[in-house]
Amino acid sequence: MSYKAKFRIWRGESGEGKLEDFTVEVNEGEVVLDIIHRLQATQAPDLAVRWNCKAGKCGSCSVEINGKPRLSCMTRMSTFAEDETITVTPMRTFPVIKDLVTDVSYNYQKAREVPSFTPPEGVRPGEYRMQQVDVERSQEFRKCIECFMCNNVCHVVRDHEENKPAFSGPRFLMRIAELDMHPYDVADRKESAQEDHGLGYCNITKCCTEVCPEHIKITDNALIPMKERVADRKYDPLVWLGSKIFKRAK
Amino acid sequence: MTQTTPDAPARKQRAQVKVRTLRTDRWWLTPLLVFLGLSSFLIYGVWAILDTSNFAEPYIAPFAAPCLTTQEVCDGARLFGWAPVGDWYALPPGLLILGLPGGFRLTCYYYRKSYYRSFWLSPAACAVQEPHGKYTGETRFPLIMQNIHRYFFYFALLIGAILTYDAVLAVVHKPIGLGSWILMLNAVLILGYTLGCHSCRHITAGRLNHFSRHPLRYRAWTFVSKLNAKHQQWAWASMFSVMGADLYVRLVAKGIIAFPFA
Repeated sequence: MSYKAKFRIWRGESGEGKLEDFTVEVNEGEVVLDIIHRLQATQAPDLAVRWNCKAGKCGSCSVEINGKPRLSCMTRMSTFAEDETITVTPMRTFPVIKDLVTDVSYNYQKAREVPSFTPPEGVRPGEYRMQQVDVERSQEFRKCIECFMCNNVCHVVRDHEENKPAFSGPRFLMRIAELDMHPYDVADRKESAQEDHGLGYCNITKCCTEVCPEHIKITDNALIPMKERVADRKYDPLVWLGSKIFKRAK
Repeated sequence: MTQTTPDAPARKQRAQVKVRTLRTDRWWLTPLLVFLGLSSFLIYGVWAILDTSNFAEPYIAPFAAPCLTTQEVCDGARLFGWAPVGDWYALPPGLLILGLPGGFRLTCYYYRKSYYRSFWLSPAACAVQEPHGKYTGETRFPLIMQNIHRYFFYFALLIGAILTYDAVLAVVHKPIGLGSWILMLNAVLILGYTLGCHSCRHITAGRLNHFSRHPLRYRAWTFVSKLNAKHQQWAWASMFSVMGADLYVRLVAKGIIAFPFA
């Protein structure tokens, strides 16, 4: 069953632009990305949108639909009323290249700043032996498809551009937690999580968890455990004393 | 090194959208309800500290347990008759103890989310612009003090044990009344909330990288993780239960509730 839907899409380049109105056909079973493609084909051939897999696994088509960060390929039109006007804008935290396409290089910069996996000296690839229980915590974080919606929605940088140099965002704080929990990683990441990547900026309001399309419990399983590990290192005199007296093993 | 593409022009401009949010749902409803819920708890807490009707045998109002002073209002509410604070202390006795469970909730990761959103609007809801010009989060004083949450957890565990002891005393008392079961339910909810705390989860085994070397701690962590997954629900249930149980005991003590087996 088809109907005509009202869309408002942000169009412009390098930040300057405005919301433009469209009326477009919608068919049963379609998602928002289908409608954007139909607009390209019928009314706005120069409308820019980034997409790739159309299966919710590449993380390319992140936009904001009615103000909420969503993957446009996974947002069914059936979740909206037929008379509802659907507003689609680019992710707000990142600079716009054109229309719905943003420049997400902030995220690649932050990714490069996280030191890579650091195994113990003398242990070579192929010699790692790990129990499943030891690795399954960090395996949850490997589901990340890098859509960067968590970094987009995080108010620390979304509402405060000036915090970008100091704050790596939930995506990369989760990466640090993943490595810190890894049984074979020996790099000291606690000090750096707080001082270099801005873990202290996180006020655990859980928006990253709310928008994650992979349903990763970013706050409860990565950011808060990492905050507790940082508290061990920097803010808990008893743990510090215990580590000196008993030489606690991890 | 050969560069095959020219440098991209500097892109600094975000999409200029002049409204605070484009959300069309009732995003303001949850922070409003949370604001009202937490405010009611604060107002009730202040009243309970000042109210002196805290004991009606065998019930001790949770907000007054344990009473640590020699003041007359503590009669019946002292733990084993213990009164380490002498008669020089003239302020409400609840002030001596409520800072500990209060601090536990104030620094709790769930409550932090709640009041940062509903009281400080930072942010009120996801993808809704916050009203503050500057933001430093928990990087400096006073909010950096949130990192002492684990110390409040230790004390909260002690308070939970005392409330459980009080509830058991009420349940073994003959004849048993409705208040005994209210206190017992409250003790269970308080323990569920306290043991599901993120700091407890970290202390049991969250700080380890090798669960397999510590099977008992891993099992404890698994149990705490199950509670922790519903920490929000435990937080609200225990907050209302402690308020409800406290009010019930005070109403019995005042004689307002006086039906048989109350």
